[in-house]
Amino acid sequence: MNRSDKRTTHHILSVLVQNRPGVLARVAGLFARRGYNIFSLAVAPAENDLQSRITIVVDVETSPLEQIVKQLFKLIDVVKISELDPADSVERELLLATIRSVPDARSQVIELTSIFEGKILAVGVDAITVSLEGHPAKLDDFEALLDGYGIVELQRTGRVALSKLDRTARARATTRKAG
Amino acid sequence: MKITGAQALIRALEHESVDVMFGLPGGCILPAYDPLLESTIRHILVRHEQGAGHMAQGYAHVTGRPGVAMVTSGPAATNMVTPLCDAYMDSIPMVAITGQVSTTAIGSDAFQECDTVGITRSVTKHNELVMSADDIPMLVRQAFHIATTGRPGPTLLDVPKDVLQAQMTWHWPSDDEVAAALPGYRPTTKGHQKMIKQAARLILAAERPVLYVGGGVLKARAAEALRELAELTGIHVVTTLMARGALPDDHPLCLGMPGMHGNATAVAAMQRADLLIALGARFDDRVTGRLDGFAPDAKVIHVDIDPAEQGKVRRPDVPIVGDCRYVIEHLVTALRQMMESGNEQADTSAWKSRISGWQEQFPLTYTPSDSGHALKPQFCLEQLRDAAPEGTILASGVGQHQMWASQYWNFKEPYTWVNSGGLGTMGFAVPAAIGAKVGCPDRTVWAVDGDGCFQMTAQELVTASVERIPVKIGILNNSYLGMVRQWQEMFYDERYSEVYLSTELPDFVKWAEAMGCVGIRVESPEEVAPAIDKANSINDRPVVVEFRVDASEKVFPMVPAGASNDDLVLPASQSAQGAALR
Repeated sequence: MNRSDKRTTHHILSVLVQNRPGVLARVAGLFARRGYNIFSLAVAPAENDLQSRITIVVDVETSPLEQIVKQLFKLIDVVKISELDPADSVERELLLATIRSVPDARSQVIELTSIFEGKILAVGVDAITVSLEGHPAKLDDFEALLDGYGIVELQRTGRVALSKLDRTARARATTRKAG
Repeated sequence: MKITGAQALIRALEHESVDVMFGLPGGCILPAYDPLLESTIRHILVRHEQGAGHMAQGYAHVTGRPGVAMVTSGPAATNMVTPLCDAYMDSIPMVAITGQVSTTAIGSDAFQECDTVGITRSVTKHNELVMSADDIPMLVRQAFHIATTGRPGPTLLDVPKDVLQAQMTWHWPSDDEVAAALPGYRPTTKGHQKMIKQAARLILAAERPVLYVGGGVLKARAAEALRELAELTGIHVVTTLMARGALPDDHPLCLGMPGMHGNATAVAAMQRADLLIALGARFDDRVTGRLDGFAPDAKVIHVDIDPAEQGKVRRPDVPIVGDCRYVIEHLVTALRQMMESGNEQADTSAWKSRISGWQEQFPLTYTPSDSGHALKPQFCLEQLRDAAPEGTILASGVGQHQMWASQYWNFKEPYTWVNSGGLGTMGFAVPAAIGAKVGCPDRTVWAVDGDGCFQMTAQELVTASVERIPVKIGILNNSYLGMVRQWQEMFYDERYSEVYLSTELPDFVKWAEAMGCVGIRVESPEEVAPAIDKANSINDRPVVVEFRVDASEKVFPMVPAGASNDDLVLPASQSAQGAALR
């Protein structure tokens, strides 16, 4: 899959939820039930440990964003939903990859990783594991270049995002909040 | 003083003013049935858990209070799925309590274990697995709060056996504590004033307006406000299947039911309107027909308490999120102010005369049967309607009989019609009627049922007999799954596949008698009225009247599935004049 091409049809939802058992199942179940597609999903406790933040990248080619947001907000455990415009948000993702690297290629992979400011995590006899953190587009580029060396295993976390701090005016992210 | 989780559960239900619950005990819920012996709550022991759920729905339909059903784990919980889904589709406030295996056994595939919370997640407004006895009062309060506020719906509490047995210290949470525990739940009830004014302006400017009234008006107890709005503006009202009775059928502005089997005037009025004022309605496919042909010239004002309904099907010109009663009352105020300050309402007289022309030309009609021929179901319904005591509540199952009931009944007041609209649950009528009778014991409750539907849940008449709940059931027995038969006749070249039930079996009279009811069979027109009179005179036990009706009778008008409402199929006697509706 070429991730970059699809990005234009993706929207990022940052969903603050009550940190309770089953809440991820509720969110995932709603997407399945209503036929919405999730492109990526990342979840972890938020600043207040009674709450978690779920960053969902949705494919809006197949489903209307407005309905997704409204239906999500009907879940009792959903406290707040921010729709993040890529232009007004900071996005990050982490990539781990194990690359086949015969001794000749190894230095090239290391060089590539250092150009991208990634890290070498482990070196084996004929393979090397690297990590890269950054904007998802940067990870796409890195992944494409690694592909030539033979990717044995690859794992990306899915993106996480927060609103960009706006120093001139109030933040532009549209927010739905209870109350 | 410590009490058990089971005692806390029953006490919490009492604190929620529960006066009656429907249920059936079993292994995991056993502890909760013990303190019930000392409780003020009346428990009605059903014969099948689905019956408990539909009874709770029927009770909620007519009283507006949440219906409560309590059953055990596993198969009992799965039997509750249909009523929960039905209540979810029709926004019925209902609280289900299910037993669960002990917390220590959850996940081990224990006897009668199932993932109730997982299974019911998509058919409840909210559900919770209770993991500590201390949480019981709070979770019960939340379950009732969520079920009854905002857009109402079913909630479920799944309570493991060891939680019911554990000791806890009673604490009844305050409103503030409940609100603080639900930071993500703040339904919008007050419609936006600016939008209400905008709606009022559209209403005054409309030349062909129609009030499209859905079940939300009844949920909001807004029937009075609706009448005021209709009478102030002189705008005609269509009442959907979920809103029958919101404005009396004999009110001069009431056009009756729109949609797939609506009457021609109601359908045509929506199609030709230049403004639809949708109040607590959700543009269901059975109302709109093919969407791109629906009310093509109409602007839309959409009032709904659920923001997700705005724009889900049809993009409104003026969306108003809020409680129907609040919004309608404020709309009336806004309209009055505008009228008093000299804003005149557009001339709607041409539209009104067009509507009355349709009403004259396209009344509901059927061909009465000659003597000696099979009974017409519509005739039975007319007789039932005309003999019904004041304040009668009508319940129905799903299919042809449901549509005829909605068409031919004369609904005089709200909350007198109990049916399964969204989910279309066959077998709904008998248990729902029982629940309605429990909720309104002083009213006559009739259920109109089909022979197919009746055979799905008839066993609850045993419950009704034992518990002395004297409901009356009229079965329109055509020996077929009638609506499916109608579709096969019309759309599958009369190739009847698996729709014939039996003309001989079951013997409904014997079956009724075996269940402790009075059973009456009616085969010819002159027997109809006496049988109904007899049924109406019996008040110490349930009555089942079997009407043997003409199997070939079809429900008309009809918008075929997937067709535009403009392609309404009229009864044969009117079909030549169809062009007048366009």
